[in-house]
Amino acid sequence: MSMPFGYASPEQIMRDKADYARKGIARGRSVVVLQYVDGILFVAPNPSRALHKISEIYDRIGFAAVGRYNEFEELRLGGIRYADINGYTYDRSDVTGRGLANLYASNLGRIFTESIKSLEVEVVVAEVGETADGDAIYRLTFDGSVFDEHGFAAMGGQAEAVAGRLKERYRESMSLADALEVALAALTEPGGERPPVGQLEVAVLDRNREHRKFLRLTGARLERLLAQTPAQPASSSEAAPPSSGGKATPPPTGPDGDVDDGSSPL
Amino acid sequence: MASHRDLPVGLVNQLFSNTGSSSFTEFLSSYAPQLLPQRDEVLATPIGDQVPHATTIVAATFAGGVIMAGDRRATSGNIISQRDVQKVFRTDDYSCMGIAGTASTGLEFARLFRVELEHYEKLEGRTMSVAGKANRLATMIRGNLAMAMQGLVVVPLFAAYDPDRDEGRIFSYDVAGGPYERERFDAIGSGSIFARGSLKKLYRDGASADDMTMTLIQALYDAADDDSATGGPDVTRKIWPIVGVIDADGFRCLTDEQVAGYVERMLDARMISPDGPIAPLR
Repeated sequence: MSMPFGYASPEQIMRDKADYARKGIARGRSVVVLQYVDGILFVAPNPSRALHKISEIYDRIGFAAVGRYNEFEELRLGGIRYADINGYTYDRSDVTGRGLANLYASNLGRIFTESIKSLEVEVVVAEVGETADGDAIYRLTFDGSVFDEHGFAAMGGQAEAVAGRLKERYRESMSLADALEVALAALTEPGGERPPVGQLEVAVLDRNREHRKFLRLTGARLERLLAQTPAQPASSSEAAPPSSGGKATPPPTGPDGDVDDGSSPL
Repeated sequence: MASHRDLPVGLVNQLFSNTGSSSFTEFLSSYAPQLLPQRDEVLATPIGDQVPHATTIVAATFAGGVIMAGDRRATSGNIISQRDVQKVFRTDDYSCMGIAGTASTGLEFARLFRVELEHYEKLEGRTMSVAGKANRLATMIRGNLAMAMQGLVVVPLFAAYDPDRDEGRIFSYDVAGGPYERERFDAIGSGSIFARGSLKKLYRDGASADDMTMTLIQALYDAADDDSATGGPDVTRKIWPIVGVIDADGFRCLTDEQVAGYVERMLDARMISPDGPIAPLR
């Protein structure tokens, strides 16, 4: 006589799923990925030493994620299997970040539409090239949307605020120490305290390395690097805005737009 | 392979289903078994003599590490099929392997073994133990036994730096598997009997990497001297043995110029004493 019990329109279902996923992701801390002169830097505040948010996928490809650990861990393992299978079937140079991003996108998208609960994760797949022009940073959201980021990406809890601070400070071809300083400044709320060294997970994809470009920066190495960062973070943050305003760098495609919740007909 | 509709919801393919093992070979055997080096078909006739064979590999430990060296010759029967073949492979930052026997199968093993080690390292977030690596290689060799019986024999030699002991370790294998850990030095391949005899007399405990490289170059020369399938240094074409050194800093392959230096010094000495250095009698 009326709608069957429990009916909900597809639009409603998608919106609910998207809201659910966004809430889950927003609970976690942010992760920042940005280009520096020799490659790509990943920085994540992470109190756990065992459960990584940043990982190596293949020779030139790194992975960073926020959200539910068990869910993005599955994605990470699947990505490693994909990369190793392709590298073994063809050649090591035939494994690309784009291919991996597409695999993640189709998997995330399918889970978003087919399962009751979408994955509460956001993922960055970054690939370092021979030169800075060859670098690529892909950000993927829980619904399978792919954003081809330019220069930097932020995701997680306060993603928009972090991305805003990152955009203000980011410059092209920064040194590693400068890039780390920019990342930490972006991850820290104005007036807030920076996470201690022991609670930072930092890794790079360094194009100058042989074989495997991924390298975790830990312990004494990270402390030395932090000691090199500019002494007055306040002045560097003042100096940054005019330079980034003056440059005609294209705006990031990611953090500004609406998240696709399935309501769009396209 | 099953279509994604037959799989649990959300899984596009088996890449995302947890196999419960960190082994790449095991994953490959369920996901794409045709890519494994193993062959199921039985050959109508043994073809061992018709495909290129890789020959002599030598390895020896030195103070704080291990060195592996291999000649560059591949033979099919009495034909030299390649003069500059590479038979020593870096398998990860702290290990390497050399192959003797059927060259093509050996190359495949080296490629698979490298992915195997790296796969474990990425999934588990730690480096596999040296014993673990050696055991893994044994399983792969054992899987090739059926083909080995038909002439496609592959025997590897595995060397690794063990950070827990701060020393190099050497493992050898037979066609059925292994591993057999070797003290001090070992050699595989057709020239191995001569190389081992040479190493027995020239090996010195606690030698430097420099001295041990020279010892291995001497041993390879002695092998090439008496075994027709082992290639000596090719002075006219400037083809030198491949020498891989592993110590606490990781694996590095000596450059052609570096190896040429050792070879030239050895050849100069052999112009006077063709049989090489003479070990003291007592």
